[in-house]
Amino acid sequence: MSCANIQVSETPLVLYALRRADDALILGHRLSEWCGHAPILEEDMALSNIALDLIGQARELYGYAAKSEGRDNDEDKLAYLRDVRQYRNLLLVEQPNGDFAHTMVRQFFYSAFADLYWRQMMSSRDATLAAIAAKSEKESAYHLRHASEWIIRLGDGTDESHRRAQAAIDHLWAFTGEMFAVDDGERALIHAGVAIDPGILRGRWLRTLSDVIDEATLSLPQNDWMQQGGRAGRHSEHLGHLLSELQSMQRTFPGLTW
Amino acid sequence: MVTVLDANAELRQRAWDAAASVVDPEIPVLTIADLGVLRDVVLDGDRVDVAITPTYSGCPAMNLIALEIELALERAGFRHPKVRTVLSPAWTTDWMSEDGRSKLRAYGIAPPQASGSRRALFGEQTVACPQCGSDKTELLSEFGSTSCKGLWRCKTCREPFDYFKCH
Repeated sequence: MSCANIQVSETPLVLYALRRADDALILGHRLSEWCGHAPILEEDMALSNIALDLIGQARELYGYAAKSEGRDNDEDKLAYLRDVRQYRNLLLVEQPNGDFAHTMVRQFFYSAFADLYWRQMMSSRDATLAAIAAKSEKESAYHLRHASEWIIRLGDGTDESHRRAQAAIDHLWAFTGEMFAVDDGERALIHAGVAIDPGILRGRWLRTLSDVIDEATLSLPQNDWMQQGGRAGRHSEHLGHLLSELQSMQRTFPGLTW
Repeated sequence: MVTVLDANAELRQRAWDAAASVVDPEIPVLTIADLGVLRDVVLDGDRVDVAITPTYSGCPAMNLIALEIELALERAGFRHPKVRTVLSPAWTTDWMSEDGRSKLRAYGIAPPQASGSRRALFGEQTVACPQCGSDKTELLSEFGSTSCKGLWRCKTCREPFDYFKCH
C-alpha cells in the first residue's frame, strides 16, 4: 500500500455506500476522542461503545462500497487513503466535540435520524444494504435512547447545563438539513428501491426532537437556513485536522498492519 | 451409498461440535452455539466452511472467535477451515439458548429479557438481580463493559451487575 491518495470510481451506488460509511467513521472517530476524558467512567465506556458500533457499521459499508466499485480498493484504503475533498460525510458529524453538551446534541440529532433511516432501509431492494440496516437499526435505537436521556438531564438540569445545551442546539442546528438532501444519483437509487427518500423521515425526526427537547425545557431554533457541502466533499476546516490524526499511521508507514 | 452419507453426516457433526466448542472470549461460560453466533457448518470435500453472525457491528471479539474456530477445526483434524461472516438474518438475543441463559445467570450476568423493548425511549424494563433474584434494580449505564452489556445495580443486595442487553 502506498501513502498516496487513491482514486475512487464513484458510481451512484459506490457513492451512496461511501457517504453513509464516512458518516459512521467520522462520528465514531469523534466519539473515540472522549475515551479517557469523559466526565464519568460510565460515560467513558458508553461513548467508546457507541464509537465501536459506528466504526463497525462503517467497515461493513466500506467493504460494500469497495466490492461494488470492483477495483482493488478495500475498507482500509477507503478510510485511510482519501483526502478531505474525497470524504463524503455530513458536516454535522465532523463538528468538534466541544463541551459535553455539543457532543450530546450532535449525537442526538444524528441518532434520531439514523434510527429512522436504518429502520426504513431494511426494506431496500439491495440485499447487502438491507442486511447492514437490520444490524444498525438495533444499535441506533440504543444510541438514541442514550443521547435523549442526556439532552433531558442537561436541559432540565442546572442553569449552566441548560445554557450550554441550548447553545449547542443553536450552533449545530444549521448542519441538520444535509441529512434530508438528495442529489440526482441518489434520486435514481431511490427510484430503483435501493435507497429510501430521507425527506419522508423529516416529520417523524422532528417529532422525536420536539418530544425530547420539550421535556428538556429547551427549544429548537426557528431559523431554517441550512449549511450544506459535506456530501460533495466541501468540508469545514475541522475534517482535515481529524483525518491527519486518523490517517497518520498509514500515511507515515504505508501498508502498516498491527 | 448409505454408509457414505452416514460418514458425511458424522464428519459434519464432528466439525460442528469442534466449532461449537469455541467460547466467547469476553464471557467464557458461553459457547458460540449458546450465543446463537454459530449459524452453519458446511463440508465440501476436505474443506470446512463455517458461517458466523456478528452480535454487534463493531464487536471486537468476532476476529478472535473466527481465529479460535479455525484452530478448533484444525485440532479436530480438518484442513483448510474457512470462517465467513453472514449479516442476514441479523443476530438477535432471541437465539440465545435456554442453557446459555442459565449459564449467564450463574456467572452473575442477568440474561436478556424477552419482553424488553429497544423502542421504548425510556426504559421501563425490569431486570432481576442475578445474585439475589430481586426485581428492585436500577439502570446505572446503558453501555457496560462490552458492547452487549449494560450496567445495573440491585437495590436489595446492593450489588452492581452486568445485564446482557436485548438485541
